[in-house]
Amino acid sequence: MKLRHAITVASLAVALAACDNMANQPKRLPYELPYGAQANWPALPPQHIIAHDEKPVAVPPVTMALLERGQQRFDIYCAPCHSKIGDGRGMIVQRGFPQPPSYYIARLRDAPNQHFYDVITHGYGAMYSYADRVGAEDRWAIVAYIRALQASASAQIADVPPDKRQTLQ
Amino acid sequence: MAIFGPRANLFMNVALLAAAGGVTFLLILIWVVPVMGYNSQERYTPRQPVPFSHKHHVSGLGLDCRYCHTTVEISQNAGIPPIHTCMTCHSQIWTNAEMLAPVRQSLAEGKPLRWTRVYTLPDYVYFDHSIHIAKGVGCTECHGPIGDMPLTRKATTLYMSWCLSCHRDPAPHLRPKDQVFNPHWQRTADTPSGKELMAEYHIHPETLSDCGVCHR
Repeated sequence: MKLRHAITVASLAVALAACDNMANQPKRLPYELPYGAQANWPALPPQHIIAHDEKPVAVPPVTMALLERGQQRFDIYCAPCHSKIGDGRGMIVQRGFPQPPSYYIARLRDAPNQHFYDVITHGYGAMYSYADRVGAEDRWAIVAYIRALQASASAQIADVPPDKRQTLQ
Repeated sequence: MAIFGPRANLFMNVALLAAAGGVTFLLILIWVVPVMGYNSQERYTPRQPVPFSHKHHVSGLGLDCRYCHTTVEISQNAGIPPIHTCMTCHSQIWTNAEMLAPVRQSLAEGKPLRWTRVYTLPDYVYFDHSIHIAKGVGCTECHGPIGDMPLTRKATTLYMSWCLSCHRDPAPHLRPKDQVFNPHWQRTADTPSGKELMAEYHIHPETLSDCGVCHR
């Protein structure tokens, strides 16, 4: 009886030792090559491949939620160069990037909303396209926030609701 | 001639001692190796094609995590930035830096840089960044003081016991949502308590350690 137990335990031990711990399974994960495969990146997409067009989105109505989303996205993607207040003196500009124009110049105050949307989508001058980082809805949110920044530059204390004035002083 | 010479006993004793020592050593090894840093690769800092510094970009320049890791809020994968993202700034700044030669080469040849993965999970673990972000778990909870790392290193063991320590008791690891991406966040007197945050985010630890949460 004892011997049989010993054999069971021993064979179990051998069987378990032979187990792969299943850490590598034949499934593909982002950025992962199939197990044992050699990286052979295509240098460029094959010929006759056309980029998937973005679906245009309807211009969203301006709400507080949209502005807050716009502020958040602006601070992530735009503020490094344009600065949080939009004067074009962000940290990356301080480190040598060509200075973008301030949002408060007449040309940009008068520019249509579509202009800002298009610049985010396609880039402008030294600015690269942000189409892969900022989705279409977020671009409109950022445009709304830029408009709010521009409006804030000429705001008077009388424009602020009386119960909020305290927070500015 | 005798089969066992005068020194046979000595040989036998030495052999038995060696065998006992060997078995003991193996047992200790089995016990010790899994908790050694060598095995968990904690503090593992692999060589990368470009010595990218989170310290410089995050703490120095103030870039948000999401500037590069764009899908962290919406996807399982945080996203490794395409070379286009690096060149957004480096087309104008440090354009001749030797260190950045692989970046420029990558752009010129259209070949992605091949970074070495620092955080690896086994294939049977279904980890998702977005849900952790949505529930107020800050980046630094798992990635350590990433904003102060000149070179990216693995800051935890990633052992299942480590995952479970938070899944069983998430409260101390939660923070307000607007602080999730702040690598220097610290709890202050005004911070809502972990219990309050758990209620706000609808976190139920009694089901968080179910097998199916991470294994499918």
